[in-house]
Amino acid sequence: MQLTETLSQYRAPPEIESGRRRVPVIVVGAGPVGLCAAIDLGLQNVQTLVLDADDSLSEGSRAICFAKRTLEILDRLGCGERAVSKGVVWNTGKVFLQDRMLYQFDLLPESGHKRPAFINLQQHYLEQFLVERLHTLPRGELRFRNRVTAVAQHPDRVEVTVETPDGRYVIECDYLVACDGARSPMRQALGLESKGQVFRDRFLIADVKMRAGFPTERWFWFDPPFHRNQSVLLHRQADDIWRIDFQLGWDANPEEERKPERVMPRIQAMLGPDAKFTLEWVSVYTFQCRRMDRFRHGRVLFAGDAAHQVSPFGARGANSGIQDTDNLAWKLKLIVDGRAPDTLLDSYDAERRPAADENILHSTRSTDFITPKSGISRAFRDATLQLAEHHAFARSLVNSGRLSTPSTYSTSPLNTPDGDAFGARMRPGAPAIDAPLDSRDGASWLIDQIGGRFDLLYFTGTQAVSETMRNTFESLRRLPVPVETLIISAQGVRADIGRFFEDVDGLFAERYDARSGTAYLLRPDQHVCARWRRFDAASIRKAQARALAAETETEVAK
Amino acid sequence: MTIRLDPNIEAPDDFYQALIDTHRDLDEAQSQLVNAKLILLLANHIGDMQVLREALRLAREDGVQLLRSQEI
Ligand SMILES: Cc1cc2nc3c(=O)[nH]c(=O)nc-3n(C[C@H](O)[C@H](O)[C@H](O)COP(=O)(O)OP(=O)(O)OC[C@H]3O[C@@H](n4cnc5c(N)ncnc54)[C@H](O)[C@@H]3O)c2cc1C
Repeated sequence: MQLTETLSQYRAPPEIESGRRRVPVIVVGAGPVGLCAAIDLGLQNVQTLVLDADDSLSEGSRAICFAKRTLEILDRLGCGERAVSKGVVWNTGKVFLQDRMLYQFDLLPESGHKRPAFINLQQHYLEQFLVERLHTLPRGELRFRNRVTAVAQHPDRVEVTVETPDGRYVIECDYLVACDGARSPMRQALGLESKGQVFRDRFLIADVKMRAGFPTERWFWFDPPFHRNQSVLLHRQADDIWRIDFQLGWDANPEEERKPERVMPRIQAMLGPDAKFTLEWVSVYTFQCRRMDRFRHGRVLFAGDAAHQVSPFGARGANSGIQDTDNLAWKLKLIVDGRAPDTLLDSYDAERRPAADENILHSTRSTDFITPKSGISRAFRDATLQLAEHHAFARSLVNSGRLSTPSTYSTSPLNTPDGDAFGARMRPGAPAIDAPLDSRDGASWLIDQIGGRFDLLYFTGTQAVSETMRNTFESLRRLPVPVETLIISAQGVRADIGRFFEDVDGLFAERYDARSGTAYLLRPDQHVCARWRRFDAASIRKAQARALAAETETEVAK
Repeated sequence: MTIRLDPNIEAPDDFYQALIDTHRDLDEAQSQLVNAKLILLLANHIGDMQVLREALRLAREDGVQLLRSQEI
């Protein structure tokens, strides 16, 4: 897939003539992760340079499923609408055993969310939208055909050596974000490793163009008649393209399996003799789960596949990589601006490493279910599937991929532990859950009102907001790192001023266990860092200082 | 809850016979499947993860000891 000429155009980097220069942040790699990092930083006015060895978008069969949380992040970055309108929305999954359907499931059984559980969209489309978005930001620069060949860390800077068609140049930055993919030359350059396990199985991944009567659902077969003893996954993408995964087993010969004369009959047998289709792309993959020991190495931060890798069952690769950048960008911004100490970056590692472990755990369990490693493991798998046809309990054990959900940073040092009792699923470290709101300016979503700064969600219930309260909100807005308040009133109480919203369906109160006076402090990535039944400005300043890894509040102010 | 290890089945011989009868005329693979289903059904009925973990541990511990003593 090619970008328009203006976007992919290569220009000789000025540094080759003018000598070295320093930028606050360099991002290595313009995959989905690097691009999101750069847009997020660019939006926050941090000058960011993205270097990519290549000059084309992602090739072949890669990510297709993008999860709700990713769409919410893309909304904040200004690309959500494009992704959702190009992608296909799906919520239903079906599981088949041999020739019959065992059951179906709904991924987002609850209404009152702006975004669906998932969309399917080819990775190259997402990358295209991200490149185009980055291009609109004055603070973001993307250079294709700029291959980073060396990195040197110094106490106060990182030195990056770049090869281009016009020769080599050296450029410096305060921080380097390595988003250079699973093989990560940056990781190798620093002598670091990503460790884990390779699954002894092979998968044929085909993207097929057809007009078919299949619904927009995820279909997963165990041991179907058209592919005995193995599993198959069928999934729809944009432009009438369908993704088909055939499990092949470890002994399959990847070269042979890729040949059209082998692939076509397989797909024909699956789709039926009358189906007309053309092959867009075929590849054979083995998958692995692994991660680096640490995601922060001094001034170099690893994100996305460079830092951690999972099997695609669960669609956790790009989704979790984009969440890495969601976590990292606001921290870098505040550090570059001198508003937070450099140690705030340690929390990137402290929060995203457990998140990677969670993804690896889910992905490993799915792979173990799909590819049982022993006779007994196979017997339990088959027993589970047979029971699932008739009994609900067994359906919860079937694991054809636990689809990506965001991590809650429950052990994060940035959280202020609860001092008051709360009953809802929300808790410190959790990403904000969406809810429909209404205001003077019309209907909206909570998720669209927050992020990119510290937000205080203040639930006033049916009470009027006092003058003292308003003064407190005003003082929070004037903090060195401002906190914006969003006032939410109970269902039925009309919101009549700016930043005043009505909990139209009562879902905010329910999802946040909110009563009159309840307040939630959210970080710029929309994760909860503290909450109270009753609060004062001092406790908010303290919680914010903690979320900025500052020893004291004055450290934030300096 | 902790796992019950005192006798809890009213008619132990009846249960034991029913268990063996369930496997009548099955080959090894079929029996293995039946056992697997049985474990899953009972585990779900118990539900309590602490009890399940204890049962898993006891089952394996005794099994490993038995194998060791047979080796000697
Ligand atoms: C079959 C398959 C299905 C998948 N399905 C899903 C899914 O449904 N959902 C999901 O979330 N994920 C899925 N994934 C995973 C997803 O594709 C990856 O997680 C994602 O591409 C990682 O993005 P990234 O930006 O970290 O790395 P990449 O996309 O690999 O990008 C790395 C970039 O770094 C550049 N680069 C490398 N070295 C250098 C250098 N020295 N200098 C400059 N630039 C360099 C490369 O040119 C490249 O552009 C799937 C993967 C596969 C293989």
